[in-house]
Amino acid sequence: MKTMHKSPWLLHYDGSSCNGCDIEVLACTTPVYDVERFGVVNTGNPMHADIFLVTGGINSQNEDVVKQIYSQMPDPKVVLAVGTCACTGGIFKECYNIKGGVDTVIPVDIYVPGCAARPESIIDGVVKAVALFQKKHEEEEKKKNGRYR
Amino acid sequence: MAKRSVVPFGPQHPVLPEPIHLDLVMEDETVIEAVPSIGYVHRGLESLVKKKDFNEMVYVTERICGICSFMHGMGYCSAVEKIMNVEVPRRADYLRTIWSEMSRLHSHLLWLGLLADAFGFEALFMQSWRLREKILDMFEISTGGRVIFSVNKIGGVLKDMPEDMLKSFVSILNDMEKELSETTTVFLNEYTVRSRLEGVGIITKEDAIRRGAVGPMMRASGIEVDMRKTGYAAYSDIDFEVITSDKCDSLARCQVRIGEIFQSIGIIRQAVEKIPEGEISVPVKGNPDGEYFMRLEQPRGEAFYYVRANGTKFLDRMRVRTPTFANIPAMLQTLQGAQFADVPLLILTIDPCISCTER
Repeated sequence: MKTMHKSPWLLHYDGSSCNGCDIEVLACTTPVYDVERFGVVNTGNPMHADIFLVTGGINSQNEDVVKQIYSQMPDPKVVLAVGTCACTGGIFKECYNIKGGVDTVIPVDIYVPGCAARPESIIDGVVKAVALFQKKHEEEEKKKNGRYR
Repeated sequence: MAKRSVVPFGPQHPVLPEPIHLDLVMEDETVIEAVPSIGYVHRGLESLVKKKDFNEMVYVTERICGICSFMHGMGYCSAVEKIMNVEVPRRADYLRTIWSEMSRLHSHLLWLGLLADAFGFEALFMQSWRLREKILDMFEISTGGRVIFSVNKIGGVLKDMPEDMLKSFVSILNDMEKELSETTTVFLNEYTVRSRLEGVGIITKEDAIRRGAVGPMMRASGIEVDMRKTGYAAYSDIDFEVITSDKCDSLARCQVRIGEIFQSIGIIRQAVEKIPEGEISVPVKGNPDGEYFMRLEQPRGEAFYYVRANGTKFLDRMRVRTPTFANIPAMLQTLQGAQFADVPLLILTIDPCISCTER
């Protein structure tokens, strides 16, 4: 399991974003930006994923979906909120159906601001998430070793 | 007697690009009925008219959708301009037309990529998105933003494109045309691609009318409908033919969109030739009072903007009917009798934009 932290898998979920950040996240996986060179792979299955990338704010309908995906992901996991809406609710903060940023329902580790977030900043966020995932993974290993010794 | 079962599909699903939920009633591998439930992206942004004034609403409408962001802003601005009897300078109309067609180019290329992804042709997906990046670079040079660039204002546009910039864009597009024809040939002629698209998801001419389809979905069923022909912005000065197909299947929708990619390049070329010199915006004073109904052609089809103002700086009502909303009944029709494995592809052929639909 020691090499696992080098290639965490990423799951992207569109909360209530306007698609602006979504297409930028997708653009990050294509040849010009190619985020996969840092070892991450985009997956659709929450049970395979280590990094949870959310775009858009939380509304009453997708709240349970986000919570469910988070609970299905194996530990350790890193949550990445991409775009101003995912960070705080953004321009839609005052809308009746928006509860706020992703951190209103699940703990967020890394915030990537921007409307829409630029691919460069998304890549920066993902690279930080990879480093954090590695750290979390090491801590978990330490705990385990302490327990069994 | 085959066994019936209901398969929930979405909102988060490995093959779905956007959050829509469908309950698929299946008989073995065949879909009998699809029951949609939407609302995963609903924000309620139309209610923001009570909290943000009519100038700030330009930025809100641009965020209805990040893909046709420019056209949403343009539709809203045009509606308010009509209420206030503001005559937009001709140069601004031309600039709006050029940015609109660039939006259509990038949206159709995005769709081609997603379609390739849906039938499992990863290399083609990457190729389409690589070409799309050139359009985004052009957006960035001319406006500073890649997907949301807020250049519309009530009374015109905020940024001008100098002559040499326009010329360089045309030469970029000329070079792109060759690469584009190489990529689109694969979509239209490659036998593996054809086997996935040909004869799949047929919607006849009568059905398309009855279900109220719009845009490329309607045109692929042989009906000539294009709001650009109503001559908003600078389209009245531009010569173009509406692209249609009589085949009514997924391949026809692909053909129509590919045709429109090349058509958009042609329209940009014409607009660059004809663009007049002059101001790019006029000052606007006072508050709007009255109502207006604006229709325009987005990459996905016809969109409506309804604005009602009461003479104060806050509008009474702003309503948007987006093309995907009109295309969902047609999509449900194509799903009836389809194979389960074709469902992601069929959802994609309408070019769904769920954040537009739910706002």
